[in-house]
Amino acid sequence: MSKTKLKLSGVRKAFGSNHVLNGVDLEVESGKSLVVIGGSGTGKSVMLKCVLGLLQPDSGSIKVDGQETVGLSANDRGEVMRKFGMLFQGGALFDSMTVWENVAFGLIQGRGMARNEAQAIAIEKITAVGLSADVGNLYPAEISGGMQKRVGLARVVATAPEIIFFDEPTTGLDPIMADVINDLIVDQVNDLGATALSITHDMASARKIADYVAMIHEGQIVWHGKVGDLDHSGNEYVDQFIHGRADGPITRRAA
Amino acid sequence: MTVHSKATAQQKSIGPIGLALHVFNALGAAVLGFLEKTGSFSIFVGRAVAHCFMPPFFGKQLLRQLIDIGYYSLPVVGMTAIFTGMVLALQSHTGFSRFNAEGAVAGVVALSMTRELAPVLAGLMVAGRVGASIAAEIATMRVTEQIDALTTLSVNPFKYLIAPRLIAATLMMPILVLIGDIIGIFGGYVVAIYNLGFSQGSYLSQTWDILETMDVVSGLVKAGVFGFIVAMLGCYHGFNSQRGAQGVGAATTNAVVSSSIMILIFNYILTQVFFS
Ligand SMILES: Nc1ncnc2c1ncn2[C@@H]1O[C@H](COP(=O)(O)OP(=O)(O)OP(=O)(O)O)[C@@H](O)[C@H]1O
Ligand SMILES: [Mg+2]
Repeated sequence: MSKTKLKLSGVRKAFGSNHVLNGVDLEVESGKSLVVIGGSGTGKSVMLKCVLGLLQPDSGSIKVDGQETVGLSANDRGEVMRKFGMLFQGGALFDSMTVWENVAFGLIQGRGMARNEAQAIAIEKITAVGLSADVGNLYPAEISGGMQKRVGLARVVATAPEIIFFDEPTTGLDPIMADVINDLIVDQVNDLGATALSITHDMASARKIADYVAMIHEGQIVWHGKVGDLDHSGNEYVDQFIHGRADGPITRRAA
Repeated sequence: MTVHSKATAQQKSIGPIGLALHVFNALGAAVLGFLEKTGSFSIFVGRAVAHCFMPPFFGKQLLRQLIDIGYYSLPVVGMTAIFTGMVLALQSHTGFSRFNAEGAVAGVVALSMTRELAPVLAGLMVAGRVGASIAAEIATMRVTEQIDALTTLSVNPFKYLIAPRLIAATLMMPILVLIGDIIGIFGGYVVAIYNLGFSQGSYLSQTWDILETMDVVSGLVKAGVFGFIVAMLGCYHGFNSQRGAQGVGAATTNAVVSSSIMILIFNYILTQVFFS
């Protein structure tokens, strides 16, 4: 077993009476890719935001390289943040900036790199995700959703993070484009030797980018294992989810 | 389901005591909610102000905001000032002529413009123009997760988004109001000379005689405070926007309404401080 990069234990988070995370335990090995699957609204995005420090968990521990990150001071949090990269569910591109400025943003504003130097890296990353260099001068509103995902990916890898989080990287894309994005994710993560934690409900995507899979249900991890074991997990939640059956232990609350 | 059945059970067992408890419950919740809001707002203000003085500074963002908030507000503030000055001259003339006190027109225009009308009206106009756009822009960034994205790219949104707007609004409002003072007095002058038949020399000398440094300075201090209020409430409501387009709309409305009311309240407080 290689060393643990990221470890969550007993993470809880509630919004008022809405208990979203009920003690999440999760571990990701260095250089591996873990995909968390689970239905809409099960708290996948909330879990990522807790790890990123965008939300404060109510209790529990989140360790990065063995260092506790819950309750860190703003300065130390900044240090940890430099290890992270996040691809947001909606892309979250800065619409007041051109595509290349978006990609170079973390380098220029976050790391204080000179503009020319950052621009060169940005263009390189833009072509690496399969876009032509001229796209760099367009604004996010002027490009398609698929292109936005690519730009988002380029922005994430530009700062060479050690841990990358992907929040539903393929939702809203056609199956072919989704597959292209999956390939890009695998390539880019391997290039960087990064650790990846992704969340998705797209099983094709999960099978492609995962080394390990975990299933979240009602704010808890109900199964985790190797991606190869997905089809014979013996877990009824996983079975129901990957086959998309309406009846089973996962019931839709009639709300 | 469970929540529903609990609620009906409560409704059934309600008596006079239950009703009283209900009222106290609601009252307590309202008070607690209010305290929580004030608390979170105070923390927000503290953090925002602290980040204005802590490096790194984002000079380009500040410059953009100085131009956006200052330069582009000039037409609005200028129009407001000139017509206010003109109508002041007209109104005070019709009023004072009943007492044969037309000589007071210049003074009334100068004092009302510098002390009250230029800062308050400019503040309200800027609340509508700048406060709304700050709130809408930041709320949209919140809703589309751009603010979270800033954080993950190691850029503090307080430094990058909020500090430049706060500084720019606080610095530019006094300059806008100073220009508004001049334009407003000029508006009154034009009406007095060409419409009411005053002589140029005497109107101007009356203006200079009555104006004191304190009149102008107090107006400029007010302007700075109003600028701060507009930017702060715009940022606060935008930053804490609820999800969705509705959230952005509500943030914008709340920013404009709350900053307009705060401007009027602080105008009274500051007038009290300066002139009593
Ligand atoms: N900032 C917040 N304030 C209040 N409630 C929130 C907040 N963020 C998320 N929630 C609630 O937490 C729950 C889980 O949301 P989350 O976004 O994590 O779902 P998800 O698993 O990512 O779903 P999806 O697959 O649709 O993205 C939802 O009920 C949501 O209403
Ligand atoms: Mg989500």
